[in-house]
Formats: sequence, C-alpha cells, structure tokens
Amino acid sequence: MFWQKLIARIGTTAVTLIGVAVIVFVVIRVVPGNPVAMMLPPGATEADVARLTALYGLDKSIPAQFLIWVQGVLQGDFGTSITTRQPVLDLVLGRLPATLELSIMALVMAVIIGGIAALTGTRLRGTKAEGAIDVANGMALSVPDFLWGLALILLFGVLVPVFHISGRVTPSLDLPFTTGFYLFESLFRLRFDLWADIVSHMLMPALALAIPLAAIIGQLLKQSLKETMHLDYVTLSRTKGYGENHVITREALPNAILPTLTLVGVQFTFLIGGTVIVERLFSYEGLGNMAIDAVINRDLPLIQGIVILFAVIFTAVNLVVDLLYTVLNPRLRHG
Amino acid sequence: MADLTDGRGAVKRRIGTRLWLAGGWLTLLLLAAVFAPLVAPQDPLAQDLFLTRLPPFWEEGAEAGYWLGTDSLGRDVLSRIIYGARLALVVALVAGSITCLIGSALGLMAGFLRGWVDLVISRLIDIWMAFPPVLFSILLIAVIGPGLHSIILAIVIIDWTRFARVVRAEAMAQGAMDYVASAQVAGRGRIGTMLREILPNVLPTIVVLLTLEMGIAVIVEAILSFVNLSISTDDPTWGGMIAEGRASVYQAWWVLVFPLITLFLTVLAFSQLGEGLKDRFDPVLR
Repeated sequence: MFWQKLIARIGTTAVTLIGVAVIVFVVIRVVPGNPVAMMLPPGATEADVARLTALYGLDKSIPAQFLIWVQGVLQGDFGTSITTRQPVLDLVLGRLPATLELSIMALVMAVIIGGIAALTGTRLRGTKAEGAIDVANGMALSVPDFLWGLALILLFGVLVPVFHISGRVTPSLDLPFTTGFYLFESLFRLRFDLWADIVSHMLMPALALAIPLAAIIGQLLKQSLKETMHLDYVTLSRTKGYGENHVITREALPNAILPTLTLVGVQFTFLIGGTVIVERLFSYEGLGNMAIDAVINRDLPLIQGIVILFAVIFTAVNLVVDLLYTVLNPRLRHG
Repeated sequence: MADLTDGRGAVKRRIGTRLWLAGGWLTLLLLAAVFAPLVAPQDPLAQDLFLTRLPPFWEEGAEAGYWLGTDSLGRDVLSRIIYGARLALVVALVAGSITCLIGSALGLMAGFLRGWVDLVISRLIDIWMAFPPVLFSILLIAVIGPGLHSIILAIVIIDWTRFARVVRAEAMAQGAMDYVASAQVAGRGRIGTMLREILPNVLPTIVVLLTLEMGIAVIVEAILSFVNLSISTDDPTWGGMIAEGRASVYQAWWVLVFPLITLFLTVLAFSQLGEGLKDRFDPVLR
C-alpha cells in the first residue's frame, strides 16, 4: 500500500516536471531579441551571429532543441550559460546553498514565531491578548514578503541600523569555506565571528520570508488546538489534575500538529518561491537573484536550468511532506 | 450564554469597522485616481533640478506645495502616488476580474464535471504550482514585453490556479450534497445544475478570493515595476517609486516610505474587505 502510493506519487511528479520543462522551453524561445546578437561586439558580421547561433543550437526547430536538451539533462549536462559561458549546472549548484540556507532559516523562524503565537493564543483564549494576537496574525497574513522586506529594510537597515540589509557576507572578510553552505560550515569550523556576520546578513531577508508563513502556522495550529482541546482525552488529563500548560503542550499539541504539517508543506514551497524577489531586495547572492539577472540578460540556458531546479525543489518538498504525513499518521500507515 | 451573545456582538462590531476602514481607504484611492489631475498638487512627471530630494512638509527645508517631498529628479512624491493609483487600481480591477472568471470557470468544471476534464485541469494546476510565481511573471513580461496589457496577461496566466484550486474543491463538496441530486432528479441538465445550483453556493468563496486577488495584483504590478519590467519608466508607478526609494534610502527615506505605506494600506484593505465579506456571507464561520 505504502509502496504503491509512493510509486504513483513519483509518477505524477515526473509528469509535472516534464510539463514544467516543456512550458519553460517553449516560453523562453519566443523571447524577442536574439540573445546571441547581444553577446557579440557591435562590429560582428552576419556570419559570426550565425556561427554562434549554431553553436548554442538555436538554429534548430523547438522540438529538436528540446530533444537535444533532454538528452543532455539525462547525462547531467544542462547546457552552457550564454552570459558567463560556464556550465549551467555549476552556476546553479553554486548558488543553491545560499537559497537553501535562507529558506530553511526562514522556515525555522516561521515555525518558532507561529508556534509561539498559537500556543500563547490558546493559553490566553478568551482574553484581550488573544484578540490582539489574532489581529496581528491577520495583518501578517495579508501582507506579502516583498512588503515586509521593504519595511524591515527601513526599520532595521536605516532607522535603527543594527543588521546588514545587502549581500550575504561582508565582502572584505576572508572566507575559508569549501562548501556553499556558509551558515553551517562557519559553525562546524567554530568561526563564530564569520557566523555572526552571516546571520546578521540573513536575518532580515529570512524574517521577511518568515512572517507570512508564521501567520499561517499560527492560525492553523491555533485552530486545530482549539478543536483538540474539546476532545475527551484532553478533558480527562485535565481531571487528572494536570495544569493548563501541560495539557496544551503535552496532550493537545501532538495531535494538533498533523493537520498543520500538510499545509506547511505547500506554504514552504511558496516561501521558496518568494526568495526570488526577497533576494533581489536584499542583494543576496542566491538562485533567485541570479534568475532575475538571467531573465534581464536573456540567458536562455540559465533561465531554463533555474526554473527546472525550482520545480524539482517544489515537487520534492511536496513529496517529502506527503510521505511524512503517511508515516506520522497511524491511520494512514496501516490502511 | 450571556457571554456568547456579548462575544458575538463584539465580533460583529469589529467586522463593521474593518469593512468601513477598508472600503473607505479604497474609495479614497479610487476618487484620487479618477480625479488625479484635479487632486494632485504638481505635475507627476515635472522634473526640477533645483528642487531635488525635498523632505516632507514637517521637516526642515521643506517647500510649500510639495507635501510629501520630492525624489532625486525633483518630482513630487504625493502627485506620483496619486497618479500611480490609476495604474494600480486598473490592474487590480481588470486583472483580478479576468483571473477570477477564468480560474473559477475551470475550477467549477473540474470539480463538478470530474472525469477527464478534472484530470486535465488538475494536472495543469500541479504543473503551475511547480513554478515560482514571481520568476514566472518576470519571465512572461520579458517574453511579451512591458506594458499594461502584458502585466494583466501575466497575472491572469499565473494566478488562475488560485481560483481553480479552491473553487474545484468547493464544487466537489457541493456536488456531493443532496440538493444537487434532487435538482438532477427534477430534470436539470448537468450544465444547468452546475450554473444554477452549484455556482450560487460557491459564489461567496469566489467573491472573497476576488478581493484577495486584487490585492495580489497590485503587489505583482509593484514587483514588476521594482524589477523594472512594468511600464515605461516615465509613468509613475508605486513599484517604480519603491525601486527608486530603495536605491536612495539613505539620502531620502521619504521616497521609499510613502509609496510603501500606500501599498501596505491598499493590500491590507483588499484583504480585510475579503475577510469582512467572508464573515458577512458565512454566519456559520463565526
């Protein structure tokens, strides 16, 4: 049952990824303006343009180009970037750690903030404080990450300049890293000075991404806590004499988490999608920032690679959450 | 029992103020947009190199007639916000409505007709959900070129799934109810049942989604202007102002702050309007 489900899910995931690949491929090939002409100096002849067009395979029909591209991808070759002339895979994988670190940090912040909001709201239910938390939640929910990012730039970058609002790390610092995961590697190397600098750069963009998700977690978790609090076993533990804090965190919370989890999966992909504009806002050197540059420079192979990578991440997150849900939910595990 | 009624009364009053505040701000914005030439104190495009980066009226060095200061080219911030409201509201209303129409129709068909229609639409939704929306919209604008029509088209192409997903689920839930079976026994056809029975019951959800989508459309336009892909750079747009403000935030904070506040209030107003309407439509929810 479990394996059947897994295989079916992987099947639909494959269909989704192929669909994404086809759409991107077709969309970016209708881009007006010859990208090849842009990379040559003004004095280039017609023959030069033709030669370079052929080099990038842009003279063939779109289906033929697609087949060549798929063949390459199956061998781990995503093509060569037109602007930097480096392999797309290297460029994309070089930026991926920065975006992953930012997304994970934002997710952790969202879970902490949202969790605290839900628990406090449940503990203080019926009071004015609960109302205040609900109002704050509603506001956080309806304003998107782009605006939170700008507000944070103003508040903590300009008005009270305590955090960095541009870049990933202070450029003058000497970086001893061998991987792209600066945040984690600096910890492993016990370079807390570097770690502090990196965190100071990441905190604001991560918070901008985290606020809307935190609001969703807060709202959902509170709602499902509210429902759980009325169940008999919770009443029982109360009659046993456990205090309210114990009842909420130890009895109600474990059962209330599950419904929140599935929605957090989808919402986490929205958060990752949000990195595109938030990275731009904070000049953070991740995938999203590179993607916008790639679009502006008409770097077709690079755009293609980045969009596919995002799609892989999205579908992978959904797959993991689905499986996690099956594993965590005893009713689904045996049925 | 007494507590409950008191609670309900309080909730009702809060909804009232929320709707009033949201509606009030949007009406103000609409009036400002329609009567922009009469309301705006300055020409939004007029540059004056002797009046660059003037602070807002309460600060030292402010100039009369330039209430919210000027940007680095000496253009009046308030007038640009007022003219920017035109584009923002057109995008919100037009893009929001078209997206709503297409997305709801597809969702309704998928959810009620099921079968291969549902299969195709659901697969499409899956594929769409695997795209990062901001990147997708930037890509689309790069392909179809900047301009008002392009922005609207891009929003419709990207956001129809927001409606389709929710309306599909709702239509599925409604389709399983007894009244639908009765209608069909009474001799209504499939399409007739869908439009006459299901649609009215899904409509409240659609209206709420529509108001939310209008807020989202305003943001998308701002993001595209921010990335410099929206309209020609001369026309005042909130996103374009924000991009300029972000660049000169240390020299002239007001160029960023005022369009940002306007955008904040507008997005909040649209979503509060939706929330308020939802509560109005759905007494069970409370």
